[in-house]
Amino acid sequence: MSKPTLLRRILTTDLPVLGIILLALGPFAWMILTSLTPSEQLSATGVSVSPTGWRLDNYTRLFAQTAFLGNMGHSLIISVGTVLLGLSVSVTAAYALSRFRFAGRRAIMLQFLLVNMFPVVLLILPLFVLMRRLGLLDTHLSLIIANATVAIPFAVWMLTSYIAAIPKSLDEAAMIDGCSRLTALRRVVLPLAMPGIVSTGIYIFITAWNEYLYALTLGGKNVRTVTVAIQTLIGEYQIEWGLLAAGGVVGAMPATLLFLIVQRRLIGGLTQGAVKG
Amino acid sequence: MSLLNPSLAAARDYPTPWQNRLMPYLLLLPALAVVLIVVFVPMLEAVVTSLYDLVLWKPNAARFVGFGNYVKLYADPVFWTALWHTIIWIGLTVPLQMGLGLVAALLLNREFPWRGLARALVIIPWALPSVVIALMWRWIYDPNTGVLNDLLLRLSLIQSAVPWLADPGIALYAVIATLTWQGFPFFAVMILAGLQGIPQSQYEAASIDGASTWRQFRHITLPGIAPVLATAGLLRVIWVANSMDVIFVMTEGGPGYATHTLPLYAFIRARKNLDFGYGTAIAVTFTIMLGLFVALYIARTMKEVER
Repeated sequence: MSKPTLLRRILTTDLPVLGIILLALGPFAWMILTSLTPSEQLSATGVSVSPTGWRLDNYTRLFAQTAFLGNMGHSLIISVGTVLLGLSVSVTAAYALSRFRFAGRRAIMLQFLLVNMFPVVLLILPLFVLMRRLGLLDTHLSLIIANATVAIPFAVWMLTSYIAAIPKSLDEAAMIDGCSRLTALRRVVLPLAMPGIVSTGIYIFITAWNEYLYALTLGGKNVRTVTVAIQTLIGEYQIEWGLLAAGGVVGAMPATLLFLIVQRRLIGGLTQGAVKG
Repeated sequence: MSLLNPSLAAARDYPTPWQNRLMPYLLLLPALAVVLIVVFVPMLEAVVTSLYDLVLWKPNAARFVGFGNYVKLYADPVFWTALWHTIIWIGLTVPLQMGLGLVAALLLNREFPWRGLARALVIIPWALPSVVIALMWRWIYDPNTGVLNDLLLRLSLIQSAVPWLADPGIALYAVIATLTWQGFPFFAVMILAGLQGIPQSQYEAASIDGASTWRQFRHITLPGIAPVLATAGLLRVIWVANSMDVIFVMTEGGPGYATHTLPLYAFIRARKNLDFGYGTAIAVTFTIMLGLFVALYIARTMKEVER
């Protein structure tokens, strides 16, 4: 590589890519800077760009004055619950769809795909009426069930493509060796599909953690998730942007970190399956 | 599993066809049962509710009105406004996301040392909660202290601060810009996967034949990623049409009705006025309109599944 080509590469590739990255990360970076600037300074001189002006004031206030930790606990219970419910019913369904050819298979797959496309607004209103009738409003269970409407169809599609990629001959060999269908599923297919199951589970966790409209409608005083709590920071404190930004950064952290850890494998699955973004 | 062993052991010795045939249905049963209860039953209920005049704080006043709500809808000017906004919303957001995503994907497909890092960073907006995105952009758009006005004033692109979300003529486009930002990484990632499926040899052959970069893009790259663009585009039309959380947090549909889209109108109607009959009627109408895109997407995906 001679020098002109390096310069050329920097001008035509590195700099434009840097621009795209700045565009993608700039707004969030701005929010992080806002959260590090103390309130008084924010109203006086604006967001502090240099590290000398950074304080953790907004974060200490967030945890000391609001119930943010409790909100994170609720979000955690709901997200883990959704992952468990979603994965437990989807694994066997995906195994059936990838290993058997039976009457109605196509219709069932189509049905799961269709469910994923339903507008939230069409489901949220009757689900509210349903939960009210069952006395489940403002409980973790109601939100786990509501999130399952998205999680299950998604997990079935993802896992079906993961399991279909595991050679059929492996479980056939296990069955010839005396395993039953279910033992073959448990001992052979499950361990091999584990990376796929884990990334599907993490994706469900992220969507459940980030979910807002169900949490707003079906939650309440007892069960208030992080996403709803961030929104309510506005009302209580007359848009204190520093505090709000701290809430946003903390609330976005778990999902973002998980996403970065599994992004490579997840994107492989998402682009193959082409399921809901 | 040991509980099942006797019967399954028998099945191995004398394969009984009905048991084998029943197996996939048994495995599917839990997932199907849950989906039936939490999706299909509520959906049917929504259709039924839309035929009633049901206001939630008047419990005993549910009255069957047939297609009354739909007739009311036809005469409701807000419905037509929201429908028009939905068309602008989809018609601008999806092409903008796709265009920006295509540029990002073409850049990220080139050779440079920190490519892996860049690919990981560009998708971060995708993982952020909608609420956080909406609040972040409200802060950026803030008329007094927001960074956007500050930047534009300094560059003298505008003469005075613009109230981005408070001006009925601008608010919808400001929200569209936010959603474009949120959604372009999805396209970038999908298109990137498509680009990697195009064999390098085609480009080599073309450049030996003297084809310019533009002609290579036009005749190799575009046809190569056309299926991805179509699938991702359809998926995104459905997703963007449905998504109302960002608008709801940014403007609550305001100022006035300036950022009402159809699903948001249905949600606000039901949430603020507890007018569930009319709200679900709007939701059902919207779902039927979206049905065409859903049908197209499903037809495409099912064809790929069958291979």
